[in-house]
Amino acid sequence: MVDMKETLIPVVGVVTDIRIDTPDVKTFRVVTPDGKKAFDHMPGQCAMLSIPGVGEAMFSITSSPTNTEYMEFSIKKCGCVTEWLHSMEVGQQITIRGPYGNAFPVDTAFAGHDMLFIAGGIGLAPLRSVINYCRHYRDRYGKIDIVYGSRSMQDLVDYREIIEEWSKDAGVSVHLTIDREQPEWDGHVGFVPNYVKELGFSTDKIAILCGPPIMIKFTLAGLQEIGFDKTQVYTTLELRMKCGVGKCGRCNVGAKYVCKDGPVFRCDQIDELPDEY
Amino acid sequence: MRKISLANLDALFAAIAAEETLYLPQDTEKGAVYAEWCEGATLSNALNTVRSPKDFFFPQTENLMDFKVEGKSIEIIDTRKECEDFVIFGVRACDVRSFEVLDRVFLSEPVDTYYKNRRDHGVIISMACTRPAETCFCQTFGIDAAAPEGDIVCHKTEDTLYLDAKTEKGETLLARLSALTEECDTSAVEAQQALIRERMAKLPLANLSASDFGADKTMEFFNRPEWKELSQSCLGCGTCTFVCPTCQCYDIKDFDTGHGIKRFRCWDSCMYSEFTRMAHGNNRLTQVERFRQRFMHKLVYYPTNNDGLFSCVGCGRCLAKCPINMNIVKVMKTLGGKDNG
Ligand SMILES: Cc1cc2nc3c(=O)[nH]c(=O)nc-3n(C[C@H](O)[C@H](O)[C@H](O)COP(=O)(O)OP(=O)(O)OC[C@H]3O[C@@H](n4cnc5c(N)ncnc54)[C@H](O)[C@@H]3O)c2cc1C
Ligand code: SF4
Ligand code: SF4
Ligand code: FES
Repeated sequence: MVDMKETLIPVVGVVTDIRIDTPDVKTFRVVTPDGKKAFDHMPGQCAMLSIPGVGEAMFSITSSPTNTEYMEFSIKKCGCVTEWLHSMEVGQQITIRGPYGNAFPVDTAFAGHDMLFIAGGIGLAPLRSVINYCRHYRDRYGKIDIVYGSRSMQDLVDYREIIEEWSKDAGVSVHLTIDREQPEWDGHVGFVPNYVKELGFSTDKIAILCGPPIMIKFTLAGLQEIGFDKTQVYTTLELRMKCGVGKCGRCNVGAKYVCKDGPVFRCDQIDELPDEY
Repeated sequence: MRKISLANLDALFAAIAAEETLYLPQDTEKGAVYAEWCEGATLSNALNTVRSPKDFFFPQTENLMDFKVEGKSIEIIDTRKECEDFVIFGVRACDVRSFEVLDRVFLSEPVDTYYKNRRDHGVIISMACTRPAETCFCQTFGIDAAAPEGDIVCHKTEDTLYLDAKTEKGETLLARLSALTEECDTSAVEAQQALIRERMAKLPLANLSASDFGADKTMEFFNRPEWKELSQSCLGCGTCTFVCPTCQCYDIKDFDTGHGIKRFRCWDSCMYSEFTRMAHGNNRLTQVERFRQRFMHKLVYYPTNNDGLFSCVGCGRCLAKCPINMNIVKVMKTLGGKDNG
């Protein structure tokens, strides 16, 4: 039994690249010490990263599964573990375990559809994996729209990739917005929920929402106003997690464990949960 | 079925302990506790132990792994070791059922190997309850105190201990003890069972019913206004979760020993405000929500995920230990009153 695989025991990961995205978000590239990907995953799944002695924390795997060389994590500084991760230099080892959670139904419910991605702030982290998956298998999906907003221009995560890659793809339209006017910004200004309504999308799409709870709430209401049904809209829930496998009890909401039954939920499925997330 | 005279109980314990570590309830000033048997130790006559036997399989704290950190490098040290065989003697029917409740959590995929290791190496010798207490309500959950589950099931009369093996593990152990025990018929046990069932039927909580609760009743109970009053005086001390044989929430924490880092798992409690706190807020802001979580989990969420099995076994520990005298029975009577008149 002691040779059985134990999910709580992680493997060692090496940070091979660190990108500064915003004043409080950095993206870390992680491989195993022999230079490989630690494990395979599907878009939407997460991993537990840790610094021994500091603690573990759950993060979305922001790189796409189609990237066979490494995994990436976009991490916002907000506490012990995340602060430590932000202070790392290239070459630092960490620990990693996963993948955890369900995934976006990229090969089933999403296949063949026009896609509308809507993200706020660090909420782009889980979406980036799906977006790049859809871009990789471009012919499996219809038109792709990406609405992304943050507090300021400096707070847009993955800005370079968005401008230099996503917005240049055929059939992909990117709509960026920031909360308040800024001298160097000539794009849209305003909150994501309003911007989505202004853009007025056709309702034959699958929409995926990720961001702060308040943004999700208002954007979902806005989408419903313009004719979307909750069964067309997906989002992710974020609750405190420790084990990642439905045993420690932390992320329990109703009869569901967000770590294993989520984090991806269709909005009509969320209605079946007690209001406690 | 085998039997042994109570006068020879020490010899029986010695024979078990000769090959496996034996734990049994023993009296201390803090009440009965499971402790290792050694020459001269006596079996407690208390109905049940203060702490549940869940520690045997899911200890309050356990070392999960170690780390060696040098500069930028990390070495992960797997500290798991095959557990030695052990025997727990005198487990009550309610507590035996609690192992099934825990099994369904820890042995479901991905298997918790720390738990499985202990579980595979533990033999459970259960004991029927001749003197059930006023706080007992195992029968509410279909548990028969007169016929516990377990690897070996025991019945103790005034002068004799009866032993019946129910599993392969139990048969192996009982076979080893055959020189000390003798074959017997079941009449004495049956007589005792009838007596126990008669006593159970007269307990104050004999008619407590869980029939209103169970799988898929989340929306029926979640928004009930009574939660507020029920939880009003709850101190959030977590005592109920710590004495409970089926509470299984845990935390994972690292500890720097100065010579390396140890990662521990320790019991946690959904009754604590820290339990769900996040950077952007807490999804259970007040004790009302935390209190509700504990009981909704036992009476509704767990059954929803486990074929209707409740995650309370009616052991009564939380009834005895809560400082404000709140408990699951009051919750059931208040919210599931239809059959609880
Ligand atoms: C499924 C999932 C996916 C996530 N993906 C990402 C991601 O891609 N990028 C990212 O930056 N963050 C992500 N998070 C949030 C991330 O896990 C927390 O920011 C992190 O745990 C905070 O750890 P810390 O040690 O730095 O904070 P702590 O020192 O533990 O605490 C700082 C504050 O953060 C709170 N906190 C602890 N755990 C969580 C948690 N799980 N979620 C939110 N707050 C928490 C603490 O209670 C405290 O208020 C995700 C969380 C979940 C559950
Ligand atoms: S119900 Fe009682 S024992 Fe449980 S946390 Fe509240 S006060 Fe403590
Ligand atoms: S909730 Fe109370 S009565 Fe039920 S198993 Fe736990 S401690 Fe025993
Ligand atoms: S994180 Fe442990 S149950 Fe979900």
